[in-house]
Amino acid sequence: MTDRDEVVALIPRLRRYARALVGDPGGADDLVQDTLERALGKFHLWKPGTDLRAWLFAVMHNVYVNQLRRRREMSAFDEETMEIPVRAAQEGALAARDLQRGLERLPADQLEVLLLVVLEDMSYQEVATALGVPIGTVMSRLSRARDKLRVAMEGTPPSTRLQVVK
Amino acid sequence: MSEVRISEADLQAYIDGRLAEQRRSAIAAELAKDPELTAQVEAYRAHSDALRAAFLPVLEEPVPVRLLDATRPRRRGSWAIAAALVCTLLGGVAGWAISEAYRPATEARRVEEPLPMRAAVAHAVYSPEVRHPVEVGADQEAHLVAWLSKRLGAPVRAPKLESVGYRLMGGRLLPGESGPVAHFMYQCEKGTRVTLYVRTEAPDHGETAFRYADEGNVRVFYWVDHTFGYALSSADISREQLYKVANAVYQQLNP
Repeated sequence: MTDRDEVVALIPRLRRYARALVGDPGGADDLVQDTLERALGKFHLWKPGTDLRAWLFAVMHNVYVNQLRRRREMSAFDEETMEIPVRAAQEGALAARDLQRGLERLPADQLEVLLLVVLEDMSYQEVATALGVPIGTVMSRLSRARDKLRVAMEGTPPSTRLQVVK
Repeated sequence: MSEVRISEADLQAYIDGRLAEQRRSAIAAELAKDPELTAQVEAYRAHSDALRAAFLPVLEEPVPVRLLDATRPRRRGSWAIAAALVCTLLGGVAGWAISEAYRPATEARRVEEPLPMRAAVAHAVYSPEVRHPVEVGADQEAHLVAWLSKRLGAPVRAPKLESVGYRLMGGRLLPGESGPVAHFMYQCEKGTRVTLYVRTEAPDHGETAFRYADEGNVRVFYWVDHTFGYALSSADISREQLYKVANAVYQQLNP
């Protein structure tokens, strides 16, 4: 398998993550495309033998942060990205719409951590490396993301039970 | 019974199933005594499951061609080969224009002159495409326009040219001299294609009149308004016919 084949094999996972992160499918694929183009331009920086997936997600993180910055500067074009981001969850009590609303309410830095842990099943250390933050930051963002998501989906007030001594 | 302190990190790792067995069972024992915390853990796990289920179908979707294309190297070397190939195929000035366009930028060529030339090159390269004439089809026109607007940093529009016999096929993003370029392709019933090349112009550029250029076998009408430079190209229709189409474009974009 060539390097390019490996990258291509990871595209579905990059798309899944981007879809959950960005919301609308077109915008998510734009993010993936920008990521792939950037990764290709910087491919000499990837060390063969190291984790290509982690590297690509780190590149995507950087591209995404830049996009957010630019979007804040030209928020006039934001409306068009508001489509139906989440396809319906198959069954169960949790409505896809509630999940979508919950995800939309999370700050980007917390959402990134939640998605890398839950969707990508990355270790906390891998997440820390991909996002360029200490592992303690990963843990607190993850905790806050879950609290906020629960509030958004169930209306339950955030837990004050963390760090309890029993 | 010993007391167990449950930290934030413990709780998250417990939810994600990442604790070593001994720690896991210690936490589980504590949770068993605390219904509220147990409910919290269960809610978090349910949300994780819902999240995975909601986005699992994305993994099964076919990968869009534009993403596959993005993994192909586009260094000058491969472009030079492509340019040479097109030279052989098309011959004439279109080929010359390509080698010009990919020559390292020199002072004099930078301002306005390359607009019709670059538009002609783009037309010569993409309009003969049978399988991939556009990157995003007209069936996704709203997305196409929004995407290109976002990339160009200003609201781009795809004019409606049905009144002069042309229907939008779609468009693509192109690399321009100093940034992204929007490229729309139109086709008439007979299969003849015209392309509209749209790039952003420096703010102090002002406006220019309608101009015409022959770039080898490609005819180009072009003009600049305050935000954009536009060039409409065709290799198949007469100057008079193209003028009619260009007028329709101009009237819609510069009302």
